Amino acid sequence: MMSDVAKPQRYSTVNETVMNMLNKPSFGWWSIFVVDLLFLGFGIFCFMYQIYTGLGVAGYSHPVLWGVYITNFVFWVGIAHSGTLISAILYLFRARFRMSIYRIAEAMTVFAVFTAGLFPIIHLGRPWNFYWLLPYPNQRGLWVNFDSPLVWDVFAVGTYLTISSIFFFIGMIPDIAAIRDSVVGKTKKAFYSVLSLGWKGSNWEWSHYTRTYFYFAAFATPLVISVHSVVSWDFAMANTPGWHTTIFAPYFVAGAIFSGLAMVITLVIPIRKIFKLEDYITIDNFDCMAKMIILTSSIVFYAYLTEFFIAWYSDNKYEYDQFLYRATGDYALFYWTMMFCNGIVPLVLWFKKIRQNLKVLFIVSLLINVGMWFERFNIIVISLSKEFEPGSWGLYKPSWVELGITVGSFAWFFMFFLIFVRTLPALSIAEIKETLPVPKKNGDSHYE
Amino acid sequence: MSNDNQNILGIYSYFDLFINSIKELRKKGFENIRAFSPFPNQEMEDVLDTGREPSKIKYFTICGAILGALVGASFTVLTSIDWPIVTSAKPIVSIPPYMIIIFECTVLIGGLSTFLGLIINSRLRKNVPPELYDERFSNDKFGILVNCPSSDIEQVENILKNYGSEEIKIDGASVIAEELVEPKEEKLDEGSTEEETTPDQEEKNED
Repeated sequence: MMSDVAKPQRYSTVNETVMNMLNKPSFGWWSIFVVDLLFLGFGIFCFMYQIYTGLGVAGYSHPVLWGVYITNFVFWVGIAHSGTLISAILYLFRARFRMSIYRIAEAMTVFAVFTAGLFPIIHLGRPWNFYWLLPYPNQRGLWVNFDSPLVWDVFAVGTYLTISSIFFFIGMIPDIAAIRDSVVGKTKKAFYSVLSLGWKGSNWEWSHYTRTYFYFAAFATPLVISVHSVVSWDFAMANTPGWHTTIFAPYFVAGAIFSGLAMVITLVIPIRKIFKLEDYITIDNFDCMAKMIILTSSIVFYAYLTEFFIAWYSDNKYEYDQFLYRATGDYALFYWTMMFCNGIVPLVLWFKKIRQNLKVLFIVSLLINVGMWFERFNIIVISLSKEFEPGSWGLYKPSWVELGITVGSFAWFFMFFLIFVRTLPALSIAEIKETLPVPKKNGDSHYE
Repeated sequence: MSNDNQNILGIYSYFDLFINSIKELRKKGFENIRAFSPFPNQEMEDVLDTGREPSKIKYFTICGAILGALVGASFTVLTSIDWPIVTSAKPIVSIPPYMIIIFECTVLIGGLSTFLGLIINSRLRKNVPPELYDERFSNDKFGILVNCPSSDIEQVENILKNYGSEEIKIDGASVIAEELVEPKEEKLDEGSTEEETTPDQEEKNED
């Protein structure tokens, strides 16, 4: 328990640290930002080219009509999940190590959903008609098909985006007020004053605030489980071999949290180093996250093996051949990359020394990100390329347009993130203060 | 609130002095107290909220959630009946897939109304006038704001002073009483250099 408490002993130090993060950006920050925008520009160019030329440039060809875009959609929705895990589920469990990292994780959630939401639209042949998925009264008197998993997706991802954004914002209100109170400059002051909604930190506000936060956490917890379950049902509701299984929902939820935790580590390690947050984000915090990675990686790895077992045990020829093809066919390299990155690499985290070695942890987290991207690719593409009829088998190769848009999506995500760490409180000032010993004039009270 | 009421604000560096002042004020019968803290605090709520009504946010949450469930249910069912078309040989009104929409609507509208509840209940924009607020409350100071008749101002001021307030403001204007200056400065120094005094240090200080 001791190790969870951040080291700075004074409240004002916490404010100073956060204010320092909001200082005028350095040359380094600007150069990273400009490079990021260049990649984003390339992604936007690719998308415009695709709109102009048609979806043919996306490498889609019969029978594989879901490719890298849907892979990216599932990947980014998955990344989002661990943010909610850290901010809501660990809050309900009163896991105190979440305090220093949850704001970064929540920001990651919101920006990852921003990114994920683009892909179903990019994936459309006529992206300007995306609103046909929304239920709205129209002159044809038609309504959407509520039996379709794609409509469930619209509701699930839309709700998730709304709720996680508000949750993110509510958590920040007191901290934005703290920035408002010490920021210099009229424009900045006005900006933070509006965002802080007039927060003053009185007992009346806090008592409503803590309840609100609790109810949001209670809403977000089942929501996050529902969202990736619904995403998994995009596949599991079809009778395609390799998709049509009941294991998909828990398997996807575990995979989502697994990949998201890896992404949190990928993001937090450089931020901690650049902004010198060693006093706040301790090695023990990484240790705890690495332990959660071990847990989720075990679930995911177990699911991989179960799929094989069921394919064999079901005595279903199509299922059996599909999994044999995954492991030995045209995409075997991708398959074994996924197995290695998601099943084998996380095993090193059983050693405490490795969990606490940030360089190794960073590499492990990158490998997991790669592995989880390939997991989605394998599930989507390999299943589609060999369905029931041998006459309709075919191979799919991502085109440069798809890869360009994929790179652009990472740039899009990092653009938001780079702006976030420079404008909003990346550490939760109020919650970190809660963990510090209260200044007392006379002796101890029964409160910690 | 009658017109001759005044607002008096005491600022504290030490949490225990702050809590004791609130206890003393309530003991003396002053109930119109607002306390400021840089972080949520159970002890502060306990000394202030005993016997008062609990937060109403929960009603917003439950009503929003029920409304959301009803919206989800009626939306899916009514639109299906409005244009009945059989898909995948399933019934026109097929409840299991609708449960997903109902759940998402429950969370969505429940969450939105909880947020609305926060804004309405804590009256964020206008709960405390800016002149009665101190910017240090979001940093490292605690504060007590008492609204009382002008005749009681002196009594409240004495309580705040005696219980260790470093700075007192009446209706936003600082009180620079002679007797207040000296002890205040001492305390301020202590507060800024070693807010966190260990029991050992305290003994030394007392020596």
